[in-house]
Amino acid sequence: MIGAAPPAAAQGETAARPDPGRDTIDNFVMTARNVNVYYGDKHAVKNVNLDIGRNQVLAMIGPSGCGKSTFLRCLNRMNDTIPGARVDGLITLDGQDIYDRKQDVAQLRARVGIVFQKPTPFPQSIYANVAYGPRIHGLAGTRGDLDELVQTSLERAGLWDEVKDRLSQPGTSLSGGQQQRLCIARTIAVNPEVILMDEPTSALDPTACAKIEDLIDELRKNYAITIVTHNMQQAARVSQRTAYFYLGDLVEVGPTDLMFTNPQQKLTEDYITGRFG
Amino acid sequence: MNRPLRKFMNGVFIALSMIATSLGLACLGAILWTLLSHGLTGMNLATFTQMTPPPGGQGGLLNAIYGSTVMTLLGIAIGSPIGVLAGTYLAEYGRDSRLSVLVRFINDVLLSAPSIIIGLFVYEVVVIRMGHFSAIAGALGLAVLAIPVTLRTTEDMLNLVPVGMKDSSAALGAYPWRTTLSVLYPAARSGIVTGLLLAIARISGETAPLLFTALNNQFWSDNLNAPMANLPVVIFQFALSPYKNWQDLAWAGALISTFTILLLSVTARVLLAVTHPERGSRQ
Repeated sequence: MIGAAPPAAAQGETAARPDPGRDTIDNFVMTARNVNVYYGDKHAVKNVNLDIGRNQVLAMIGPSGCGKSTFLRCLNRMNDTIPGARVDGLITLDGQDIYDRKQDVAQLRARVGIVFQKPTPFPQSIYANVAYGPRIHGLAGTRGDLDELVQTSLERAGLWDEVKDRLSQPGTSLSGGQQQRLCIARTIAVNPEVILMDEPTSALDPTACAKIEDLIDELRKNYAITIVTHNMQQAARVSQRTAYFYLGDLVEVGPTDLMFTNPQQKLTEDYITGRFG
Repeated sequence: MNRPLRKFMNGVFIALSMIATSLGLACLGAILWTLLSHGLTGMNLATFTQMTPPPGGQGGLLNAIYGSTVMTLLGIAIGSPIGVLAGTYLAEYGRDSRLSVLVRFINDVLLSAPSIIIGLFVYEVVVIRMGHFSAIAGALGLAVLAIPVTLRTTEDMLNLVPVGMKDSSAALGAYPWRTTLSVLYPAARSGIVTGLLLAIARISGETAPLLFTALNNQFWSDNLNAPMANLPVVIFQFALSPYKNWQDLAWAGALISTFTILLLSVTARVLLAVTHPERGSRQ
């Protein structure tokens, strides 16, 4: 790890929670400080401060249009592709500004992977889907290395046993849940530090959904994970920290068990008790 | 409006549209029937093995079929890369830039421009400078016609590729060129191939651009730098002639090129229907 000093805001705020919207932690891999996002005139994310911790799952919840997905997409600069989107503030990965002019976006995205709501296997074989990232970044020297990397990625995504006999079949031949795990395997294959997930289970049936949740818990051992979800039970099940967004503001963030049992903010309480949203 | 009247009006409009449809179909049927009955009498083995004959002599269309094939393939080989790449630019890079809007507009104009204008253009730019008619000039004329067709289908088909797929590729750290080559083209392949087939169908029947560029040739010629025989111009010339054997060959040629185009169009449509069910019925 690069021994960069944590940003000033991260120091000395971990003990008590003086400001519930600024909960910070020590063992972080990414930090966001005063992050604002605009789509043209629309102020979609307002002054958000948030840390992403190693080996833990951060869940971001909130009603539709609250800016949680927008914020998620800032973390690996997927917003760059949207015309009219503007991000200001500081986001760091291992202490380095990811919006720095010298930052290679492709390299950043290899280190901060993302899994989308709808599984989107490429029109290629299962093998080629997983090998796509490693091939781009030249991660495997030989065919044997690549085979091994594909296998470990599929194993980590819990898909290997189901597909090991049909690696040459198209990725689209899998079921929805399998496709989503394929997309996760594809993301793991480039060996990221952080995995972002944008409602990864909302297009899946409950059984497939449960498998993905188990997988997320498993993946936490090796990666920092941030998940956007509409499903509060899911947030409670898979995450260690939860952040509640409302109308572009980060209302409250804290340990998941505290958030769901003893929310500090009236807005949070109203949302998690189902009074609105 | 009361109910019986509404039902009556409904019936009238259904009847009118059915009459219109059957008129259209009847015309098409009549054309195909005439072509078949005249074309088949003029067609025999010699049609495919011998050169275009002098008036009254024995002969076939081999040089014309060869010439049409060569110039069509050459035309598509020159035109389609330009069309596909420009379509890629519009769909993936230019999007709503001012240049894209301009290119799209010009392409629409080109798509509906009378082919004789294209013929005159190539005549002016290529034939006059070279000093003589040639197959290469003919191929260039056809290439200009193929560009707008392939450009439009490529852009449309790339736009049909789900955004998520493109995002996923970018999210794995792929640069746009890599995404285009490894993900978008494979995803849109059948659509782009369909565009190529439709472009081939379009240019293989064109007469006007060839009349000013490749002209015609009574003999076998595989020299690209010389006038070359081709089906459309041979049909044009033979059909207008007073000689019975030429007229018969014109019918045979018309039948051959019509069925080639029909086959290409059907293939294109089937290909599209199989891979893009929502697009198969249109286009």
